[in-house]
This record gives sequence, C-alpha cells and structure tokens, in this order.
Amino acid sequence: MAVAVAARLSGDLDAAEDAAQEACALALEKWPADGMPANPGAWLAGVARHKALDRVRRESARPGKEAAAARELAAGGYRGVAAPGCAAEARPPDGDADELGLIFMCCHPALDQAARVALTMRSVCGIATADIAAAFLVPEPTMAQRIVRAKRKIIAAGIRMTVPAPGDLPGRLAAVLRVIYLVFNAGYLASSGPALVRRELCEQAVSLARAVTALLPGEPEAAGLLALLLLTDARREARIGEAGDLVLLADQDRSLWDRAAISEGELLLEWALRAGCPGPYQVHAAIAACHSCAASAGETDWRQIAALYGELLRYEPTAVTEANRAVAVAMADGPEAGLRLLASLRTDPRLTRWPQFHIARAELLTRAGRRAEAAEAYDAALKLAMPAPERAHVKRRRGAL
Amino acid sequence: MKYLILLYASKPELPEPGTAEFGQMMTEWAVAKQAMSDAGVLIECSPLQPPSASTTVRVRGGETLVTDGPAAEIKEVFGGLTLIECDGLDDALKWAATLPTARDGKVEVRPLIQTGGPA
Repeated sequence: MAVAVAARLSGDLDAAEDAAQEACALALEKWPADGMPANPGAWLAGVARHKALDRVRRESARPGKEAAAARELAAGGYRGVAAPGCAAEARPPDGDADELGLIFMCCHPALDQAARVALTMRSVCGIATADIAAAFLVPEPTMAQRIVRAKRKIIAAGIRMTVPAPGDLPGRLAAVLRVIYLVFNAGYLASSGPALVRRELCEQAVSLARAVTALLPGEPEAAGLLALLLLTDARREARIGEAGDLVLLADQDRSLWDRAAISEGELLLEWALRAGCPGPYQVHAAIAACHSCAASAGETDWRQIAALYGELLRYEPTAVTEANRAVAVAMADGPEAGLRLLASLRTDPRLTRWPQFHIARAELLTRAGRRAEAAEAYDAALKLAMPAPERAHVKRRRGAL
Repeated sequence: MKYLILLYASKPELPEPGTAEFGQMMTEWAVAKQAMSDAGVLIECSPLQPPSASTTVRVRGGETLVTDGPAAEIKEVFGGLTLIECDGLDDALKWAATLPTARDGKVEVRPLIQTGGPA
C-alpha cells in the first residue's frame, strides 16, 4: 500500500497521503500513455516511496530521521508467508512490514475506538473522509475532526509505526482485528450511502484481513476473521433482492453465493482450527460455515449452530449472543424452546433496543401460531431505527400475519 | 521522547513508616526504579507531599493570588511523578505498567513537548 510505505519513510501520515496522491496523479498521467504496469500496487508504492524520500531529503534538518529512512530502505522488508488457502496476491515486497506497522499504528489502543476505525479507513484503505462520514452517519466535518485529532495524538504521544513485540502481540492484534471487523460491518450493514462505497468497505476489510493473515501466519484468529469475512461476503449478492430489499438467509438463492470465496473461507477456517487455539472469530466463522455448507436452508445443521453460539458465549457473554443461540435452538427444537430462552432476556434493555431481538421473537411467535403476540413484537421492532430495506421487510412480514 | 507519568493514588495517605505495608511499598518502588534505571530511561521519580501541603498561585492583573490547596479538585490524589525518556509511547506504556501505583490507583502518561534540538 502506497500510503504505508510513504508513511514509514517520512514518519508523517499527512505527508504520506500527499506522496501517495502525487503518485496517483503521476499514474493518471503515465498509465494511459505507457500502459498499466504489471503490478500497479507496487508501482504506486514505489513512486510514493520516492516522493516521500525526496521530502525527507528536503527536510534533512533532521539527520537522524534520514539515516533511519535510508537504513530501512537498505534493509528491505519483511516477507510474509501466505497462509494455506490464502490466494497469493502480488504485494510490493518491501511494503509488507510497512503496511502492517501502519495498521498497528492506526489501531493503537491509545486511540479512541471510533478514531481507530476512521483512521484505518482513511490512512490504510485510502477511503475519502466524506465516504467514511457517510458510512457512520456523522457529518463530514465531525469525521474530518476525528481523523485529525487521532493523527495529532499519534505524533504528540509518540505512537510508532511498528509491529508490536511478540509479547504485546495478542492484545494489539485483537484491536486490529476488531477494527477490520468494524470496517467490514460498516460496509455490510450500512444503513445509507451509495452501494458502491459499501462494497468498497467490504472489499477493503477483506483485503486488510488478508494482509494481516499473510503477515502473521501463526495467528489463527487473524485467519479466523478472514474466513468469517469471506464466508459472509460470499452471500452479498444474494442478500439484496432486485428491488433493493433485504433477502433473509433462509430465502436466499444459494446459487448466487460466491463459491470461490466460500471454499477459500472454509479452507482458512479448517487451517485455523487445526492450530488448536480457538477464539471468537474462529467460532463466528464456524457458524458462517454451517450456513455456507448447507445445500438448502432446510438442511442447515441448527443443532451445531446452537452449540457454537454456546461456545461463543465464553468469549462474548452478551445478550445478543444469547438471543442468537435462542434462535438456533428454536430452529433445532421448535419455536417454543427458543421462545423460552428469549423470555429470560426480555428485561435486558440493551437487547430490547436492538430491533433484531423483536424480529426474532416475532418470527418465532409466528411459527408457534401466536399471531397477536407476533404483531406486537413486529411493532416493537418498527419503533426502533433500522436500515430501509430491513424496515420494508419487517412491514411485509407484519402485513402477512 | 520524554514522558511524564503522573501517579494518581487511590488513597490520600501513604502507609505509616515502620509498618509492613510501608516496607512493601518501598521495596516495590525500589524494584520499579531499579529496572527503569538499568534500562537507562529514568530521569526522575519522586513522591509528592499530600494535596493538603499544596499551594496554588495565580497572577491576575499584575496581582499574585495565593490559595491553599491543589489547582483542581479531583477524586484521586496526584501523589507523585516519574519522568522517563524512551523511544515511543509503547515503551512508555510498558514502563508505566511496572509502577506500583498502576496496580491500586492509576497512572497517566503525558508526553513532554520537545523543545530545542533532536529528541
């Protein structure tokens, strides 16, 4: 990634973004005339690196920094080993350590969580501030301010663009994986913004997860997250109907699922699980895999899914996990069994503010033939904020009672 | 870079000298200071007299106003400081976590603004 290489050399994110922009401008000028290079990413990173180096030389009032930059150039880069099943993607050879260092810097726990996500989208993925603002439903100046503040803290507090020492890695990696997961969700669950931007966010998140997995092949949770994103993203085309309406998993045309992404995700998950070091992303991925390997909705192994949600409770002991488990139990053992589990959660305010809780109850009540209660549950969901396609879906279900 | 680590204790009073508690506190601090000193990062590490010994000074319109007590009333007690010089925030946070105050109170890591020549 061009920004990462440049940031590493000049130690300054703004300068790096400028250098990367200069590189892109040069590409726009050169590529139509000279043709596209074989590896555009490496070409851009190379140009950005030279621009950044020029800048460092111009500002050579700081000799220590220039020497460090030269040393890094001379030393070349860390080479990641691709995890099995991970598509061999051509990456600029000395971009690897730079890119990983930049990701760890942007996801540093000394930054506010919302700022980590925004900064990663801006500086690692190169997404425009306006698009990031749209994805999180905040005004653009607010988002710009959030990003600027994070950059200032990085400089003022001395947050370095390095991969943490092995002893610090587990905690720091968890923060990185969380950010990637949030970037993906911002794209997958976006409630507004153009469809193209949403797709870009999902693709960027997958690409980030791929980079982290390739660079840290000994970390099964990174592979688990990549597997989860691939398995989820594989259903993207089937999830939205022709009229832009939401299509539930059970009703999706499974022939629209991206089979290549599914087999890559399944391979990665298998490889991760073999390491014998389970974690929440591996469990989430295993749940997603239960859906992907079912030829039809009716053949889904709900008992297995219910057990996996039980396992997930060890890592994420939240009401949302409990509710998901209740739905899986209902699918395996009948709606009344699920409703009994949900009943114990009805007083949890965090859950009752979550439309999916009411939707799940409504669906189970419908299946149990308790129509009046189902209508009440749908109404409770409609009182809460949710994306337009989902709202339309709930209204349709309510009307069909 | 230089980092000031502000030590916020959970209790206003230090243990009584001569007690086992006091001895343990002294030992813990000696260990933490020795480690920072061995690593060559330690510049200063001192406890402060309690806030009751504090005096706040303001100069307004050329007039000096002196008031008893700390500048800001907070629940925690600002009880000491540690000044270190190390490579970056990750190092500073690592050292901050070795300080005894981090275990029962909390410590805040503030970078110093660099003035003059290269850091």
